[in-house]
Amino acid sequence: MNLVEYKKKKIICTNCPLGCKINLIYTDADEVEIIEAQGNTCKRGLEFAKQEITDPVRVVVTSVKVEDGEIPMTSVRSDKPVPLRLMEEIMDVIREIKVNAPVVKGDIIVENILNTGANIISTRTVNSRDSKSKEHNKLKENYDG
Amino acid sequence: MRYETDVTVIGAGGAGMAAALSAHRNGADVILIEREEESGGVLNQCIHNGFGLHYYRKDLTGPEFKETLEEELATTNVKVLEGTFVLDVSKDKKITFVNSKGIHEIKTKALVMTTGARERHFNSLGIPGDRVSGIFTAGVAQKYINLQNLKPANSALIVGSGDIGLIMARRLHLEGIEVKGVVEILPYPGGLERNVQQCLRDYNIPLYLSHSVTRVEGKNRLDKVYVSQIDEAGRIVPNSERVFNVDALITSVGLIPSVKPVEFVRTGPGFITTNTNQTTADWIFAAGNCTVIFDLVDYVAREGEKAGKYAALYAKNEYVPEERITIKKGKNINIIHPSYIDPNESTKLYVRVSKVFQRAEITVEPLGIEIIEEEARPSEMIEIHIKSFKEKRIKEVEVNAHELG
Repeated sequence: MNLVEYKKKKIICTNCPLGCKINLIYTDADEVEIIEAQGNTCKRGLEFAKQEITDPVRVVVTSVKVEDGEIPMTSVRSDKPVPLRLMEEIMDVIREIKVNAPVVKGDIIVENILNTGANIISTRTVNSRDSKSKEHNKLKENYDG
Repeated sequence: MRYETDVTVIGAGGAGMAAALSAHRNGADVILIEREEESGGVLNQCIHNGFGLHYYRKDLTGPEFKETLEEELATTNVKVLEGTFVLDVSKDKKITFVNSKGIHEIKTKALVMTTGARERHFNSLGIPGDRVSGIFTAGVAQKYINLQNLKPANSALIVGSGDIGLIMARRLHLEGIEVKGVVEILPYPGGLERNVQQCLRDYNIPLYLSHSVTRVEGKNRLDKVYVSQIDEAGRIVPNSERVFNVDALITSVGLIPSVKPVEFVRTGPGFITTNTNQTTADWIFAAGNCTVIFDLVDYVAREGEKAGKYAALYAKNEYVPEERITIKKGKNINIIHPSYIDPNESTKLYVRVSKVFQRAEITVEPLGIEIIEEEARPSEMIEIHIKSFKEKRIKEVEVNAHELG
């Protein structure tokens, strides 16, 4: 008879600001199997827990240089979580990147970064230094009117 | 020039943009005033994710949350005055502001204050040593790195484990600045547990609980920070001193609600309000971090939305509260918000307990509400929904917390 070792671990779910503390009993003999989980308030917590003991993933958030923008940077994120173990390497790639203004929220800045399947996308709009966006003009019109 | 409007909103951060939208949707003419050249407030520099999970049911970064609100605002006729500073709010409902077009006045029917908060500064902590450059509040360091492409340090120690401190620890680390640790005077972290995980443990950044900065040293630029352990009575533990060789100290030691320039309503230290966001001047409403410091922008936006609604109804004479019931802080309660309830309307009650609990039972009496909260901590806001209780003829409500064990 095979004796499977039951392991215990307390993890913090980082899916949302609730930060559920999940007490896990699991095995990882062949593949990770959760025997018991306590403390998660939604089912995303369970998926997170399984991922967390297998290969933790996180969303990357940082910023990228913008040439000729009204501000010198745009903020970016990965459009899905990437392995935490690749974080430093991903940052090394992003740090070298420069884009030209204008940048619009949702623009893809790096496609499939380090073959993770995740794109690095802009999370804000940066207008060109000399031109203002339509939206901004509209706000100004409101003001003048 | 003289403007006339139903609702004026001061401060176009998360609370203010939500308030302006909601006042507009409730039929009011709205003017939204922002001091900076760009709306959004602190959301512009909070480039991390975790915003919007409650309000939009999406995981957004700060700038995405702000642009979502801004896109909604652009479809309305709300007047947004950016780069505009309010000089005075007078009791006769006049607001005086200045911008590049001069000094102007607004005659308003209702006002929503959404002026946010400022960071407590290192100099208010009374820590001895040299007065050197290299000491930044977390928000200032965040603005340098995220918006201005400046690197404020080569190595840093962070004092205070509030969320901004934790987020900045990760941010500095990922930008190649050596973060030697986060120092927290209390025996538990000040920020959300998830941020302790994803900002510190993920990158093996040490967290020194029950530790305090005792001295800073340097010539012109910071060079050394002295840190000692603190015992339960708040005394320095002998021989526990550590010296950190860093050129920056980043402070995340609390936020103070900004209430200026309204000086004639009750504050303590933020605006004291009812569940309908009304202050002690019945035409002035307030929401967000200028009332109490909230954990999440989602709560802030929801409060702003509520303030905008009641301000619009007030401007139309459709909201006239009949009574205000006091909510009292009972045992083990540090903060409650709001301070008064109009029993005709429902209430989102926000509570911070005053100590760490294994399993806390929080009661709201005499309404018969009992909430059980596992591992309740002062740093995590607890939200309690209270239905309207007009018919119950209650004079006072009290909130208490006790350990269930």
